[in-house]
Amino acid sequence: MDLENQKRVKEFAEQYGPENIVVLLGAAEGEASGLAAETVTAGDPTYAGPLTGVSLGLTVYHVCEPEVKAEFDDAVYDEQVSMMEMVLDVDDIISEMSAIRNEHCKYLG
Amino acid sequence: MKSVIKGAGYILVHTPDMVLHNGTTQTTERIVNPESEYLKELPSHIRSFDKALSYWPNQVYIGNKHPDELSAVEQPWCDKDCDVNDRFGPFGQIMPQEEFLLLMQACDVFGLVKLEQGFVNAHRAALAANPIMDESILARVPEAQTEAAEIKRLVDEEHSEALYHNGELVGCVTRAHDIDVNLSAHVMHENLVSKASSVMALLSAIKNAGISKDDVEYVVDCAEEACGDMNQRGGGNFAKSAAEIAGLNNATGSDARGFCAAPAHAMIEAAALVASGAYKTVVVTAGGCTAKLGMNGKDHVKKGLPIMEDMIGGFAVVLTQDDGVSPEVNLDMLGRHTVGTGSAPQAVISSLVTNPLDKTGLKITDIDKYSPEMQNPDITKPAGAGDVPLANYKMIAALAVKRGELQKADLATFPAKHGLTGWAPTQGHIPSGVPYIGFARNDIMAGKVNRVMIIGKGSLFLGRMTNLFDGVSFVIQANTGAEQSGVSEEEVKGMIAKAMKDFAATLMADAQ
Repeated sequence: MDLENQKRVKEFAEQYGPENIVVLLGAAEGEASGLAAETVTAGDPTYAGPLTGVSLGLTVYHVCEPEVKAEFDDAVYDEQVSMMEMVLDVDDIISEMSAIRNEHCKYLG
Repeated sequence: MKSVIKGAGYILVHTPDMVLHNGTTQTTERIVNPESEYLKELPSHIRSFDKALSYWPNQVYIGNKHPDELSAVEQPWCDKDCDVNDRFGPFGQIMPQEEFLLLMQACDVFGLVKLEQGFVNAHRAALAANPIMDESILARVPEAQTEAAEIKRLVDEEHSEALYHNGELVGCVTRAHDIDVNLSAHVMHENLVSKASSVMALLSAIKNAGISKDDVEYVVDCAEEACGDMNQRGGGNFAKSAAEIAGLNNATGSDARGFCAAPAHAMIEAAALVASGAYKTVVVTAGGCTAKLGMNGKDHVKKGLPIMEDMIGGFAVVLTQDDGVSPEVNLDMLGRHTVGTGSAPQAVISSLVTNPLDKTGLKITDIDKYSPEMQNPDITKPAGAGDVPLANYKMIAALAVKRGELQKADLATFPAKHGLTGWAPTQGHIPSGVPYIGFARNDIMAGKVNRVMIIGKGSLFLGRMTNLFDGVSFVIQANTGAEQSGVSEEEVKGMIAKAMKDFAATLMADAQ
């Protein structure tokens, strides 16, 4: 995850409390989604950014996961996301994201 | 009036020593981790000139192979030799580093490029034999050059940027100002490489278009460098400075900037300048970028691959008034990512692809070939960036399905049918749609395709001025034949008679 984004996520977690933050990803593939999810839960796996060694355990989803899709107005989702949903390997993304969430997320309801 | 694509030039320069000394991945590593394994390992991954020549994507770039032939070659390509390894091709050439260093000196009008006497003596004849060179350029490489000891002193004591060939110090670029960082040796080196490669592209394009240098009235440079001093950092003007060396005596020009999208912006601007009648012949040109050499080197070395980002790229396209045969730029269907478009991929692709098609009632499948970001996947895939052109084709296909213009079952075959396999070096602006223009001209004139869309995209956030994305697109199509030459004499007479009659009727009405 971009170092600047790591910094922003860390600052938001401090400002609003980690239990009140949901990180929404739009990465184009499972592996990249998993890496970003790992960064905001277990810490930066590349040991490069401000989240190195910081396990925030934030709630994190990819925008194409069914839990998130259900929250959207159908028309907005159709206009903004449905094209990419057709292009992406959604099953792979769900499997990567679920694995990371189950292992590292501290605030699942 | 219409504007047509009269010809294009595509050039590469093999710069292995600049990978080591000027690519930002390497210069950054040398600062933060000078003893790193990567820096130790890197030199053994550098390719020879012969290997660069026999690399498939390079042969496609200069036109010796067609992208369709490349797509039939199984990836990866870096472990396969192309059956053509000519340094010259129908679009341009692949220049070796030693010739290019002499050309850099020819392009330097302030005496900043110092070369070692023996090095120049050894390679002057090779530059002179280059078919795009002429006496006026060759005469710019002076007979009297610099002694090796003086070059070493300039590098060690005067902050000069060293020029290496095969690991040996053979010259340097001195700073152009004592304290202004915009004129530092590093910046001057970067800018002179851009300028020299732009000159190569200009000369190739003009030769290929079959026009006289004197025909060129305007040049638009769309590279990603900035030249200027501390009072006007991006003042310019690469376009005119390259035109001067190329001998385009009747031309002036200016620089267009927009990150990777700049070439597509510049093409539209050039086409509009010609179509409006402002200028009869405009050339869009761009040189390459030293900073991006070896950009993904860490991943390539880690995976045991050669450094494939060892090529400086350049291109130029000549646009003229209608000649009745060359493919034309259709200015009635331009795609634009606007401030209000937003950043969702769906909105971006709609603004660049379907919005312009809707203006003329065309479907996505009515465009025979799309040329978006044509990065070579051999370079990007090992670096984790995927196959960039393919990702674009999948998005365009998905949009076509959403619009009911493509069956979902045909999603998988769309990229092969309407797309191209990427072959361009990852030099930022160089892959951005434009590498296909040369082939598009040939393919359209041969009747293989009828309509192609060139799409340029840019990541503006890198400049920290806006978070907005950017992009523009345009369509090149077969020449639609002679234009209507306005109205006939009979029609003019009829129009005058009608106007007189109407005027008389108004007078009579007033009188009543």
